[in-house]
Amino acid sequence: MNSLKDRAAAIAAEAARLGKPVYKEGGSKDTTFRAELEKVSPKVVTLEEAIRKTGLKDGMTISFHHHFRGGDKVINMVVAKLAEMGFKNLTLASSSLAGVHSPLIEYIKQGVITGISTSGMRDALADAISHGLMEKPVEFRSHGGRGSAIMNGDIHIDVAFLGAPSCDPLGNAAGYSRSENAKSICGSLGYAIPDAHYADKVVILTDDLVDYPNTPCAISEHDVDYVVVVDSVGDSSKISAGAIRDSKSPRDILIAQTAAKVIENSGYFRDGFSMQTGTGGASLQVVKYLRQGMIDRGIKASYALGGITAHMVKLHEEGLIGKLIDVQSFDKVAAESLKNDPLGHKEVAAYEYASADEPGSATHYLDIVVLSALEVDVNFNVNVLVGSDGVIRGAIGGHPDTAADSALSVIVCPLLRGRIPCVVDEVTTLITPGNTVDVVVTDFGVAVNPRRPELAEKLKAAGLNVVDIHDLRNRAFGIAGTPEPLKFGNKVVGIVYNREGSVQDVIYNVVD
Amino acid sequence: MKDRLRRTMMFIPGNNPGMMQDAYIYKPDSIMLDLEDSVTMAEKDAARLLVYNALKTIDYQGVEMVVRINPLNTPYGKKDVEAVVKAGVEVIRMPKTETADEVRELEAEIIKWETELGCVGRTLIMAAIESAQGVINAYEIATASDRMMGIALGAEDYSANLKTNRTPGGAELLLARETIVVAARAAGIACFDTVFSNLDDMDTFRAEVELIKTLGFDGKSIINPKQIPVVNEVFVPTEKQIEKSKGIIAAIREAEKNHSGVISYKGKMVDRPVVLRAQRTIDLALAAGVITKEDLQ
Repeated sequence: MNSLKDRAAAIAAEAARLGKPVYKEGGSKDTTFRAELEKVSPKVVTLEEAIRKTGLKDGMTISFHHHFRGGDKVINMVVAKLAEMGFKNLTLASSSLAGVHSPLIEYIKQGVITGISTSGMRDALADAISHGLMEKPVEFRSHGGRGSAIMNGDIHIDVAFLGAPSCDPLGNAAGYSRSENAKSICGSLGYAIPDAHYADKVVILTDDLVDYPNTPCAISEHDVDYVVVVDSVGDSSKISAGAIRDSKSPRDILIAQTAAKVIENSGYFRDGFSMQTGTGGASLQVVKYLRQGMIDRGIKASYALGGITAHMVKLHEEGLIGKLIDVQSFDKVAAESLKNDPLGHKEVAAYEYASADEPGSATHYLDIVVLSALEVDVNFNVNVLVGSDGVIRGAIGGHPDTAADSALSVIVCPLLRGRIPCVVDEVTTLITPGNTVDVVVTDFGVAVNPRRPELAEKLKAAGLNVVDIHDLRNRAFGIAGTPEPLKFGNKVVGIVYNREGSVQDVIYNVVD
Repeated sequence: MKDRLRRTMMFIPGNNPGMMQDAYIYKPDSIMLDLEDSVTMAEKDAARLLVYNALKTIDYQGVEMVVRINPLNTPYGKKDVEAVVKAGVEVIRMPKTETADEVRELEAEIIKWETELGCVGRTLIMAAIESAQGVINAYEIATASDRMMGIALGAEDYSANLKTNRTPGGAELLLARETIVVAARAAGIACFDTVFSNLDDMDTFRAEVELIKTLGFDGKSIINPKQIPVVNEVFVPTEKQIEKSKGIIAAIREAEKNHSGVISYKGKMVDRPVVLRAQRTIDLALAAGVITKEDLQ
């Protein structure tokens, strides 16, 4: 047997052939007690150190998630620090933006942020952008569309700053904390996972640094470069603020009950069906009314998907819904359930949820989705992003993804909001194309897409008030009058991407 | 139309255009636009104008339209009558009615405007009885005019007048309720129970609806759309009642076909009250959607 020394020449020859160096013994083994080692993880640094170490430069793209919705503190905190450090010309790619992000207006004016990519925005920021605040148009994508864009490089993230209610010193992060120091909870981190996987550098900000290993975790240490401990990443009480309301309005209840009746008589209300509900009073409440139908007919759902709500959790706990697939937690009850019932939930990334080019995405197996709308037009096109005054005031969310992939898409909206007709000739902005929308449920009747005549027959037979969508439009205009055309300028302030990456619509600046 | 199904009469404040414009989507049998207690003094004129325009312009899709006016002895009552008669309201509801003379006074006001418009006889009257004196005079009030469509109990003022309080069981209202039902039936008109205002206690509400149905009321005044399905459910006839009524209606048709004056069902003579009850049962079942017109062919 040849000794290692004897084989040296052969080793050198093979190494040269493979283009690899030759192994050299050296260095000494670290014998520190491992619990101490973990505490001095080189990943744990201050925010400023993290920013410097990532190599962030002017002109790069930074990303964030919106799981804290109106309670988010990370975006404002990080952008303020970046401004203080003198960064300019950054593109902010957030999974979405909320009313709480109005401080961004100042940083846009200062040139710190010059590009935005998001699912939506509201309030002062949205108003300013609609009035032409930015030179570069904002890019709007659906959640599935963003997942795809991150995968295929349409969105290249240089540095992701991701808030997490718990993280260990090595970067294993979760949307909840099991420690007694837990300060916040947001549930699923589904919209942050693509950023964690694909960003060049990943910084986790946490308000609860927990012992290693933080398990189960949504984001793995493998994807994480730095961990920054902060006072607070978000106000959990505000997760369900903004778009989500549990309404007592008789109108919402009427619409929700009608939508439940539509679903029950659609032919898809069968044992093993899957479902999703969007935000908005009526669509969230549909679950409440479907529950009784499920009990009466002895039907169970295989899974419910999407932003998970307390209503969904209740049905899951009652055995009426098999599994919950959470890309997001829409309220604290849902977030707690994800934490306490890990076997009942699958926490999914945005692309596993709804990307068109992810064959296994959950929306591909979705039977029924109930979605809200700001406007529906006579061709069944839906707008959820731009108000009838031309000002951006919402978010695309998973709307076009779920409408396109589901077997039955049900849009719920009132015929009028105050004096504003919601059924119109043409939507202000095209978000969800009409060929993917099956039924529109209003307080004045149910319109079925002419592409689905068999569905219209079933609903009529069940005694539902099925009407032509033009009749709804005429009734709305009859009550409120024909709206005057909006006055837009000729500056493009927003681009709406189709979920498959094509440019679907543009948003012009509004002129007051 | 004097005879129609009136299980639910939904109160809508006459100063709330948002609620007035489409209250019919919840499918109450009647809608009562209120100019009286839910409208403050400062808004009386604005509300009258609003109610007038609502009646003139909104297609209420066949729901019976009622307006509660202010008492005639207030500065607003007569102006209310003029406005709603001109707007073509189906029923005027008089609040706090105590005597038959008050009904006749209202009728005279209505006739004055109907004469000007050339539509004498169009407007019906219903009277709310809200005091001990009103209960004592219930039958006189119910028969004071050919226009009388119904009488209704207003329990808040009534129980205050009795020097007692409302209770969940409603013992304090028993005499008034029974008197109103008896007076209405003797006069051949409809009768309506008072509102139930605790929207969070739907169980007590349902119990109250069951009670008033047993007492013989045609329906109940309601203040929120969520009360409508409960009332309708309670008023749905049972399958057995429907079957029997269908049999009786079929027997009437058979008798008509044979030009026979005597109707018999399952070997028994059918009296007029039985026929009327059968017809009401069928009307309720049709309205509830548990049977269709085709089922009666």
